[in-house]
Amino acid sequence: MKLRIYGVGCANCEILEKNTKEAIEELGIEAEMEKIDDIDAILESGITALPALAIDGEIKVMGRIASKEEIKNLLS
Amino acid sequence: MVLQELADYITYKLLGLAPSSHLGSAVNFFIYDTIKILILLTVLIFAISFIRTYIPPHKVRETLEKRHKYTGNIAAALVGIITPFCSCSAVPLFIGFVEAGVPLGATFSFLISSPLINEIAIILLLGLFGWEITAIYIISGLIIAIIGGIIIGELRLENQLEDYVYETLEKLKKLGNPNIETPDPTLKERYIIAKNETKDILRRVTLYIIIAIAIGAWIHGYVPQDFLIKYAGQGNFLAVPVAVLIGVPLYSNAAGTIPLISALIEKGMAIGTALALMMSITALSLPEMIILRKVMKPRLLALFITILAISITITGYIFNLILR
Repeated sequence: MKLRIYGVGCANCEILEKNTKEAIEELGIEAEMEKIDDIDAILESGITALPALAIDGEIKVMGRIASKEEIKNLLS
Repeated sequence: MVLQELADYITYKLLGLAPSSHLGSAVNFFIYDTIKILILLTVLIFAISFIRTYIPPHKVRETLEKRHKYTGNIAAALVGIITPFCSCSAVPLFIGFVEAGVPLGATFSFLISSPLINEIAIILLLGLFGWEITAIYIISGLIIAIIGGIIIGELRLENQLEDYVYETLEKLKKLGNPNIETPDPTLKERYIIAKNETKDILRRVTLYIIIAIAIGAWIHGYVPQDFLIKYAGQGNFLAVPVAVLIGVPLYSNAAGTIPLISALIEKGMAIGTALALMMSITALSLPEMIILRKVMKPRLLALFITILAISITITGYIFNLILR
């Protein structure tokens, strides 16, 4: 599974990253996590609000923080 | 009120403090405000987060792109109240608006109202000052956002956007506009999202708010009445612009400053001056301006800041005149 966190380093983006990490750990799954912080790359992927989370290339969360539980649901 | 009785009971009966003492007065104020604000925050943030699940970013854009001139500014200012954006979202959001053909003036109405009238500020105002001041704050914020946006729109400053904006739009066109729409959540998912967001926001702001209430309580109990009248009261004409200037570098915790401001008012700061300070803290934020520099040329950014600063100052004076 491939996860992408989009964010430019604000507090909200960091919370989303932390929640995602914890969700992966608690589920004990194999997942590759990549952080995209280049604003051009973010814009080119069509994202209009940050932070955002993509799972296997599909944007699941945009413009808000998803909780650990919500991410766990998305991942399983 | 039940809450006041509870606070009285804890302070004077359980802790055995004397109502007339400085300490008793400060502790009572602290307990009462903390309980009240935490209850308000929990209930209202949940409600707002729930409503917000119905307004994803693409809906905001769609609402604004079909508008005519002035109704566009009004709609943008109203939408700005319930749609906060993290300052790091300012650039993608701005480009998304330009791409969707939202007029520049309406975009600015949104950029002004969104941070100026934020939900935590509204909740705290409601809890500490009552609904009249809250209504005044919201209405004057809306007027600033609408008029500020109209002025910028009328000046036709599209040429004052950085080339970066147009380059990005070109690139996006070549890529076939991959505008993302996340799927609509179910009712149960909305409930879970709202619940988690409430927990999250509470976890982040509670400490700051409690510290601010504690300082406010100290001022309430120990600073002599009317202490601030000389410096920040009606008589000092310079107080409003000075308050606006002080507000610019203070940014990160608008939520935390309101309990403080309530104590300042109690000690003699004029209400208009306090409102101006609060608006300046929330709307004129240095970090956001730095981010916006990426999409705006210096002239436009300077104009944006100037319009905001002047309208906040005028609002402060007006309220000092009305609310004598």
